[in-house]
Amino acid sequence: MKSLGSIRRSFAPWTDPSAKPYISFRNVTKKFGTFVAVDDLSLDIYHREFFALLGASGCGKSTLLRMLAGFEQPTSGEIILDGVNMAGTPPYRRPVNMMFQSYALFPHMTVEKNIAFGLKQDGMPKNEIAERVAQMLKLVKLEKFATRKPHQLSGGQRQRVALARSLAKRPKVLLLDEPLGALDKKLREETQFELMDLQQDLGLTFVIVTHDQEEAMTMADRIAVMSAGKVNQVATPAEIYEAPNSRFVADFIGDVNIFDGLVTSSANGMLDIAVGEGFTIRTPIGNMDVRGAARGFAIRPEKIRVSREVPPDAGINSVKGEMWDIAYLGDMTVYIVKLPNGQTVKASSLNAQRSVENPLGYDEDVWISFDGDAGVLLKD
Amino acid sequence: MVRLVNGIFNRLVIVIPFGWLLIFFLVPFVIVLRISMSQTAIAMPPYTPVFDIATGWEGLKDFLSQLSLDNFLYLTQDSLYLKAYISSVTIAFFSTLLTLLVGYPIAYAMAQAPRTIRPTLLMLVILPFWTSFLIRVYAWIAILKPEGFLNQILLYLGIIHEPLIILNTNTAVYIGIVYSYLPFMVLPLYSALEKLDGTLIEAAEDLGCTRFQAFWKVTFPLSLPGVVAGFLLVFIPATGEFVIPDLLGGSETLMIGKTLWAEFFSNRDWPVSSAVAIVLLLVLVIPIALFQNAQAKAQGE
Amino acid sequence: MNRWTSFNKFSITLGFGFLYLPILLLIVYSFNESKLVTVWGGFSTRWYASLLENQALKDAAWVTARVAFTSATIATVLGTLAALALTRYTKFRGRFLFSGMIFAPLVMPDVITGLSLLLFFVAVNLDRGIVTVILAHITFSMCYVAVVVQSRLLSFDRSIEEAAMDLGATPTRTFLQVTLPVIAPAVVSGWMLAFTLSLDDLVISSFASGPGATTLPMKIYSQVRLGVTPEINAVSTILVTIVTIGVITASIITKRREVQRQRDEQAAFAQG
Repeated sequence: MKSLGSIRRSFAPWTDPSAKPYISFRNVTKKFGTFVAVDDLSLDIYHREFFALLGASGCGKSTLLRMLAGFEQPTSGEIILDGVNMAGTPPYRRPVNMMFQSYALFPHMTVEKNIAFGLKQDGMPKNEIAERVAQMLKLVKLEKFATRKPHQLSGGQRQRVALARSLAKRPKVLLLDEPLGALDKKLREETQFELMDLQQDLGLTFVIVTHDQEEAMTMADRIAVMSAGKVNQVATPAEIYEAPNSRFVADFIGDVNIFDGLVTSSANGMLDIAVGEGFTIRTPIGNMDVRGAARGFAIRPEKIRVSREVPPDAGINSVKGEMWDIAYLGDMTVYIVKLPNGQTVKASSLNAQRSVENPLGYDEDVWISFDGDAGVLLKD
Repeated sequence: MVRLVNGIFNRLVIVIPFGWLLIFFLVPFVIVLRISMSQTAIAMPPYTPVFDIATGWEGLKDFLSQLSLDNFLYLTQDSLYLKAYISSVTIAFFSTLLTLLVGYPIAYAMAQAPRTIRPTLLMLVILPFWTSFLIRVYAWIAILKPEGFLNQILLYLGIIHEPLIILNTNTAVYIGIVYSYLPFMVLPLYSALEKLDGTLIEAAEDLGCTRFQAFWKVTFPLSLPGVVAGFLLVFIPATGEFVIPDLLGGSETLMIGKTLWAEFFSNRDWPVSSAVAIVLLLVLVIPIALFQNAQAKAQGE
Repeated sequence: MNRWTSFNKFSITLGFGFLYLPILLLIVYSFNESKLVTVWGGFSTRWYASLLENQALKDAAWVTARVAFTSATIATVLGTLAALALTRYTKFRGRFLFSGMIFAPLVMPDVITGLSLLLFFVAVNLDRGIVTVILAHITFSMCYVAVVVQSRLLSFDRSIEEAAMDLGATPTRTFLQVTLPVIAPAVVSGWMLAFTLSLDDLVISSFASGPGATTLPMKIYSQVRLGVTPEINAVSTILVTIVTIGVITASIITKRREVQRQRDEQAAFAQG
């Protein structure tokens, strides 16, 4: 079986029907007045998984996280954590800890005291607290800053204190609310890998909320793409990118071209979709129901070729258009081609060589072409 | 159990201060209202009827039937009260306007001052607010007296040849109100002006306004919330002011705060002074409601 | 563009001159040898010495100190609770009335507040004395405390409370260990405000007090009515000095902390 994208590690309990989910949201709905923040949502997260909730602001992802932490109570439905129904358990009795977007460090306490706060609440003996705090400081490489107060730290250091504080109690689940949002780009990328290593080493379950698709793709084992209080798709980053299950997901993650057409025939496991005059897409049927007449075909820009030469089988998975715009981005070049029906198509090509003889120019007639299995048929 | 304790704690946060204000702020007003409808009596308490809970339902009915609006009628019949109300509002209004005229340039200058000295200036404005009101009013007596500092200087400079009579006139009351309430005017004005984005003025000038036009068409309209807040903060208490008209004003100075005080402490007429208070409150209801509204809005932001 | 023009400097100078000259004159003439307040008769501290012998004035000062301390302390507790109620509970029955009762005393003419409290004390048969003065002072100064603390709470980052609860602190502990320490400076300045308001009050005290509970402002007032005396200047100077030292010290402490904080932040930023 061909697999989509590259595989990071062989960890996929969600493919195992006998695996028990660690966190389960069952038909959870949360209303604020008349506004439905989370709408009849069900979701399973597994032990030791790095799970990302991805969506635009207001999609309900933060509300979901806050319900798991206990700051909000579901209007209906239930949340099960490690076999225990969390209904009615206040935040201070839940075996989860959260790292806040604003870090929420206690401004009047030193780094040490911040990290020790949760342990003190549990009544842990003093020497054990000291030991654990030292261990956490080492983990986030802040030994030298133990006696500083939060305002004496840089943004990156504050972020690490917040992380150490939320990990100090060894929670069953660590919740991260936009943990890297306040960091600059370079620091953010470094920290992403640090978080991944940490999660692997500690063997914890991480649930992260983010609006940054790159962040989610980099770190998560699985991503739930959310909008309007519902989950659109739950899958690995590669599946989300290569096989989005809906127009929304295809459009939300990365760049995409969508060709709409009518299904004209199917034969030998292939489906023909007439997009326009002299442009037919022939693609594997997969598990799609072929009788639906109108279908969309989604394909990523890097999977589209642009050339002057007429491709073989012209008109099948290829069409002639006019070069509308060219953007040179350094590592690659993006072409915008205008089709006869007015649709613009985005195609990108890697600049593997430093210079190209006779490059494509504006207003030229060009052909775009792609492989039939390079894109995906959309259900909607 | 913990939840129960926390629930009680949450309730107490509301119930304790709310209860306190109900008992010591709202109930007293109801009592004022009730006494304003009673008659004076030579007794303790010096009014009738007095409701005795022991007399029960009949007693209550009897008590209610004895209440009347006679005192309010009396206030309209004796022109002294009407004049006092009108004069209070007039004096308060014009002195508030004066305070605004004096306070605006100060607040404006503070907002334009270098960032480094602004906190110091702000503290200098707030400081008099902390020092006793009574002492600040008292300080003016020595200045405004016929043989006071002001007359000494003016006589010395040869500007006048006879001492001016200022103390115990309405002029002294105006000066006293402007002086005492100036910080209340400057602070909201300053906070409105300080928030103002300096580039707005530059944009206005760039688009062809003169400095004055830029001020009049951009700065002033944007400082209006501060103007309104300052105006109300001065006008409302000034209307019911007692200390200033009593110490600086003269026999011609009619202000309702003074009238109420005299009615209560000198004439010992509790029902009439209650009626005076109720009417004063009615006069101030609109400005107080405006003030509440402004506060609520500021809170919303 | 420099907007710190000479016009602005002129306004500030004139404005602050107006604000401070009367008080300065009052202080200077408290050291006047002459009995006439407006005629300089040489430097002397005799009026301060005579204050020490004025038992009635000393009694009044003691009453005022007790009233101010007690009422400020209780008003701070009540005002802080009220501020919490206003910012934390956006919906409860009577909230509109409640917030009205918090803001109304800020502008309510003193004569009305004083009269209504007196009539209340009579109605409930409470003997007028130091206790009734304290009750009256608590009632109006708690509203000022509420406003001061509320403005701090509005800029308060609620997520640090959530963080505390997330780390296992019950709401009560969260309040004591996190919320209260963070809003403490506002609570302290609320207390100071309540203290000075109580120290200054004349009108409400006059209504609420009874025999044996004459406060310093009441004493000063009754003497001022009889005429301006250097002794009053001396008392006033002492009061003004105490308050000024208090306010300036508090603001210097705040300012130093602020400067230190900014320096720390810059240092933290520089080291990355």
